[in-house]
Amino acid sequence: MNGNMNLTLKVWRQKNSQTAGKFVTYKAENISPDMSFLEMLDVVNESLTLKGDEPINFDHDCREGICGMCSLYINGHPHGPKQAITTCQLHMRTFHDGQTITIEPWRASAFPIVKDLAVDRSAFDRIQQAGGYVSVNTGVSTDGNAIPIPKVIADEAFNSATCIGCGACVAACKNASAMLFVSAKITQLGLLPQGQPERYRRVQSMVAQMDEEGFGSCTNTGACEAECPKEIKLTNIARMNNDFFSAKLFREEEIHEESHGG
Amino acid sequence: MSEIKQTFNSSLGKKLIMALTGLFLCTFIIVHVGGNLLLFSGDNGFGFNVYANFLTHFPPIEVIAYLLYLSIAVHALYGLILTVKNRKSRPVGYAVQPKATASWSSKNMGLLGSILFLFIVIHMGDFWFKYKYTNTVAFKEYRTDLATGKTTESAYTPVSADFNHSVSTENNVEIVRLKDLHARVVYSFSQWWYVLFYVIAMGALAFHLLHGFQSAFRTLGWVHRKYTPIVYAIGTWFFAVIIPLAFAAMPVYYFFVYAK
Repeated sequence: MNGNMNLTLKVWRQKNSQTAGKFVTYKAENISPDMSFLEMLDVVNESLTLKGDEPINFDHDCREGICGMCSLYINGHPHGPKQAITTCQLHMRTFHDGQTITIEPWRASAFPIVKDLAVDRSAFDRIQQAGGYVSVNTGVSTDGNAIPIPKVIADEAFNSATCIGCGACVAACKNASAMLFVSAKITQLGLLPQGQPERYRRVQSMVAQMDEEGFGSCTNTGACEAECPKEIKLTNIARMNNDFFSAKLFREEEIHEESHGG
Repeated sequence: MSEIKQTFNSSLGKKLIMALTGLFLCTFIIVHVGGNLLLFSGDNGFGFNVYANFLTHFPPIEVIAYLLYLSIAVHALYGLILTVKNRKSRPVGYAVQPKATASWSSKNMGLLGSILFLFIVIHMGDFWFKYKYTNTVAFKEYRTDLATGKTTESAYTPVSADFNHSVSTENNVEIVRLKDLHARVVYSFSQWWYVLFYVIAMGALAFHLLHGFQSAFRTLGWVHRKYTPIVYAIGTWFFAVIIPLAFAAMPVYYFFVYAK
């Protein structure tokens, strides 16, 4: 008895975005509890490859919880049943011998399936490109501490900046809404002095792009916050709403009043 | 598309409409429950009938009433539009449903809202519509002796078809003649299934507001470390407990106590 486990996997297999997919059951045998979830899939894939089958396609990159590439909807939870970790940081000791694990891709019309468990999350990139930046002039670089920022504000901006854009919020939301992601990006820049000049333009363009991509709207259920591997707070969504309505209803984008007739 | 139109067509704009109409409906039910507490006054519906007459004949109230019907319609319509849009955002669902990462009421606002909409239609059809547009609600006459303060009541048949109410004083006796909506209340609340339906609807109201009240503030962007706990407390205790209990107590009281 070495403490290794035998598991049953129900994995979503889909050739590409055009074809229909289905669940296929695999046996994962002799799995060490010290393996990460992705290493377990590597083992399964190795045996599939040796048998001449197509390996299970899944996204992964850094495998240390910071890149936002891994996904997987495991037994009803994005990034698995544990809180505040990504799938690559999920270890097999979380599961028990003989357990059946269902693995699904993120489900959202804005995240079309590329293959099997990998989805196309470039919608997030387009939202980011729509306004998730600050424009910086070239020339002499200013000292980093030249502008005083209260620590609480800096901390709050940094907490939002920890969003890795993995899409777990969209996966967890019953509406497939991207608001936690978008609001984190807006907050991270909107709270800091460097983000002020573009603050109200940013919120409008990023929200417009988010709508364009076909994400759902927010019901404030808090499912995103509960599943976020980086523990991004729901407060960000309220902050985004506040900035958006402020921009749309109260801010003047043009300084000069339009002339009426004459 | 004009900018205002663009704003209200965005995902956030639609939620703003939901939040504003929802909060307006919240303020309405405070007035509604307050006025209806007259049902417990033990005066055989005198106060309640006077109140019902005031509501239907005071012009500013009528304006607000139509604003209210519009709010209900818009709130329901936008709820439906948003639900359809949200469903489209996830065309293929999960095989394993997520477990308890969000409150039950927040995940079932559409279902709760549908129950409430059905309730509002039946409720308004039985009281508001019958009271205003039909002759099924009979008239009543209350005679109050101003010296002793004692009130007697009797049925009243109006002489003209367009009579709605009258108040007069003869020989130190105040005579008030108006539609007896209270009798309609007594009749409706004497049927067990009707009482049950009302109690269920008020359960739906409780859960709808448990999430809805605080969610509206989040949508508006009014989240603050100091004030949000207060909003939660009001949403929970006042809107999800006290108001639905007070409403539900009315049919229950009439069925079990008043009818006996």
